[in-house]
Amino acid sequence: MIEMKNVSKWYGATQVLNDCSLNIDKGEVVVVCGPSGSGKSTLIKTINALEPVQKGEIWVDGVAVHDRATNLPKLRSRVGMVFQHFELFPHLTVTDNLTIAQMKVLGRGQDEAKQRGLKMLERVGLTAHKDKFPGQLSGGQQQRVAIARALSMDPIVMLFDEPTSALDPEMVGEVLDVMVGLAAEGMTMMVVTHEMGFARKVSNRVIFMDVGGHILEDTSKDEFFGNIEARQPRTREFLNKILPH
Amino acid sequence: MPALDFSFYTWANISTYLLSGLYFSVSLTIAATIGGIALGTVIALMRLSGIKPLEYAALWYVNLLRSIPLVMVILWFFLLMPSAFYNLFPGDIGQKYRAEICALITFIIFEAAFFSEIVRAGIQSLPRGQTFAGQALGMTYAQNMRYIVLPQAMRNMLPVFLTQTIVLFQDTSLVYAIGAYDILKGFEIMGNTFGRRVETYIMAAVVYFIISFALSMLVKRLNEKIRILR
Ligand SMILES: Nc1ncnc2c1ncn2[C@@H]1O[C@H](COP(=O)(O)OP(=O)(O)OP(=O)(O)O)[C@@H](O)[C@H]1O
Ligand SMILES: [Mg+2]
Repeated sequence: MIEMKNVSKWYGATQVLNDCSLNIDKGEVVVVCGPSGSGKSTLIKTINALEPVQKGEIWVDGVAVHDRATNLPKLRSRVGMVFQHFELFPHLTVTDNLTIAQMKVLGRGQDEAKQRGLKMLERVGLTAHKDKFPGQLSGGQQQRVAIARALSMDPIVMLFDEPTSALDPEMVGEVLDVMVGLAAEGMTMMVVTHEMGFARKVSNRVIFMDVGGHILEDTSKDEFFGNIEARQPRTREFLNKILPH
Repeated sequence: MPALDFSFYTWANISTYLLSGLYFSVSLTIAATIGGIALGTVIALMRLSGIKPLEYAALWYVNLLRSIPLVMVILWFFLLMPSAFYNLFPGDIGQKYRAEICALITFIIFEAAFFSEIVRAGIQSLPRGQTFAGQALGMTYAQNMRYIVLPQAMRNMLPVFLTQTIVLFQDTSLVYAIGAYDILKGFEIMGNTFGRRVETYIMAAVVYFIISFALSMLVKRLNEKIRILR
């Protein structure tokens, strides 16, 4: 479903992705973790070309993302993305947040878009808030709306960039629950997160990135958590910091 | 100094001398604000387009107009625009309202330079994530601007727009240079007619003050509202 081959990216002279390759099959859930500044956000944003790359190939469902001739808006409309800071549109109601791209991008009629959007809102348990503005919702609620917004577009894959790290601890669970449900339904997901509980519970694979944009590890979840002795020193160091002792 | 006498401000005199002038000043302010924001938005989008020729054209437009006194722009336009231009308007409107048409066009051209900088600041102050979010949903550059970026930029900039409009309202008095009939001109004619120039200029100042002050109160309230919204 997603294939990345030898991708490198620079900001000026600084290299932020260094020869990254990875593969995500349909239905797989892959967690990406690593220290701050290692390039996780950059990596995930290259998949829908929010960040262009200078070298390498990126394929999503057979579409060449790196190719300049590719219709990027069309590709992006099929790839759902959830951001650390939610990025709901503050000037639009929850319902309009859910419908605007369906109508303007997919060309759906208002009724159809609304029906689809409200169904997704129900799924994240926020039907009662459909007429509110994002600013009137808690962080956890906003993030669930953001997930519903992405799902309304019927994506073939969902990308999450630290979806819970801007949330108060008591709201992390409600967002993770939605994501666990999605994974159980077979959604293909790539999730940048430090929630190792989530990784343990639902991921198939874990990717560890290190400073300089290196993919240091790409192993099955069981290997990653079950065989810590076999991990790279940098990975162990990182896990020691974030895992409860 | 003779005692001040305002007794000639009867309703009949006000409506004879002042109302049409006030109407013109206010209409000119509103039309130039709308036109200036529309043209200014186009210029701001050119400036941010990433297309070099458009960027430079916009940059020069803004820098040039911000470096010339408005009254000169008005005069030049009035003097240089060939008479044939006014024939483009239906009937004899063009020839009859030369000064007014000229005033409207120059104000839009001039104010667009200022409004474009406001729009640009509004766009640039939006968090980058909003653009990412729109793009990630598959919106094109134009759709993103139209539905996500500009509405927010405009909303956030509303108080600044209004502040600029207050300046614009005061600047409309410059149309005296080409003889258009605005509120100030009305006062002037009234003062000459009744031989009471001091009183008319006092009243003119009062009218400008009341309108500008009311608008700045509105700006203040808007600012508070927007702070709450954020
Ligand atoms: N627009 C930019 N210009 C220059 N450098 C950038 C830019 N965006 C990111 N970087 C740099 O690229 C590197 C990778 O950034 P990135 O945001 O991908 O890291 P991250 O792993 O997501 O970090 P975090 O955990 O803090 O979110 C960092 O060193 C960062 O400073
Ligand atoms: Mg990040």
